[in-house]
Amino acid sequence: MGEVKLLGGLGFSPYVNRVEMALKLKGVEYEAIAEDLKNKSPLLLQYNPVHKKVPVLIHDGKGIAESLIIVEYIDQVWEGPSILPKDPYQRAMARFWAKFIDEKCISATWKACWSTGEEQAKSKDESVEALKFLEDEIKGKKFFGGDNIGLVDIAANFIGYWLPIISEVKGVQLLTEEDFPNLWRWANEYCSDNFVKEILPNKEALVARFKSR
Amino acid sequence: MAADKVILLDLYPSMFGMRARVALALKGVDYEYREEDLSNKSQLLLQSNPVHKKIPVLIHNGKPICESLIIVEYIDEVWNHKSPLLPSDPYQRAQARFWADYIDKKMYDAGRNVWTTKGEEQEAGKKEFVGILKQLESELGDKPFFGGDKLGFVDVALITFSTWFHTYETFGNFSIEEHCPKLNEWVKRCLEIGDVSKALPEPNKIYDFALTLKNKFGAQ
Repeated sequence: MGEVKLLGGLGFSPYVNRVEMALKLKGVEYEAIAEDLKNKSPLLLQYNPVHKKVPVLIHDGKGIAESLIIVEYIDQVWEGPSILPKDPYQRAMARFWAKFIDEKCISATWKACWSTGEEQAKSKDESVEALKFLEDEIKGKKFFGGDNIGLVDIAANFIGYWLPIISEVKGVQLLTEEDFPNLWRWANEYCSDNFVKEILPNKEALVARFKSR
Repeated sequence: MAADKVILLDLYPSMFGMRARVALALKGVDYEYREEDLSNKSQLLLQSNPVHKKIPVLIHNGKPICESLIIVEYIDEVWNHKSPLLPSDPYQRAQARFWADYIDKKMYDAGRNVWTTKGEEQEAGKKEFVGILKQLESELGDKPFFGGDKLGFVDVALITFSTWFHTYETFGNFSIEEHCPKLNEWVKRCLEIGDVSKALPEPNKIYDFALTLKNKFGAQ
């Protein structure tokens, strides 16, 4: 197996973190290269000229961009626990929920925490609607992937870890035990998982980062 | 395969729905096409896609799959006896998904700006739209198809937008062929494939649909 590098590693991005999770699940050794997004490296511009964003996985000199695409790539290339289900219908469902999280949950909840007034009220409503769908989806399951962490759990890392921290910093209540008992339980389960714990960025550092925004 | 029941909930001018139609045609899958009235969504649509309430939805033996590219991947995985759409090589697959994702992120909004806006906004929209097509043209390079020698996932993701090119050009008063001749050649190549051209609506029908929509909601 060729050399593996991860651009954006060692940072605070949930998108990069997804890739770190997948690499760890498969036991892949890699070089984490930090990126300063205000001063993008030639390597980043070379390997992701289209979007110029992190994460970028460089494997054997070839670059792959977009976190969920990278995660599927990792699942295909390396042996180890499966990140996506084997059954085509279950795979389609996993992809659906991962996409839903990306398109509907993250931006709504992020906006709900950082905006004010009418925009905040609207984002809060959108967030509640989106989180309700996740709440229903996780009912009766330990992880979105079933007994083990899968694509959707990895995709939902923002919801499980980043969101509660931002909520605390900004004083915006979104994912509460009262309103979303199953999702709340999942978030705790996910973040206290021995495996996951090791890769999540340090809470204090993240709090400091959000406080300084 | 034992009698498969396949239903596609769709809207004929939807470039997203067309992706499913093209994929099903390429795989030779028999299915029931159901046209939805988006102002009066069917119970089946609301039940099958409660999250987004959008078309297309593929219902395979009672199980719904939503989101056009996810549907196309599903079709490719289930009916894997012919016309593979995604490459088997992991890196090539990742590249195909990347470009399909790029098309999804960029084409629809840019295209919509071209045919629904006027003046400065439209000029900016046209510039952006052409920029996107040029980026795709560069990715195509000298290959006959995005998928290489044969039509693949990215070709299916993009070819459906070509049914809207005449509409964009007419409302936008510009020529896509002039700006992106290579891409124009690629469109012609795709349409030479019977399964593809038969699955796609006529550009004139799309134009009529767009005109009706524009008149209905008033010129912007």
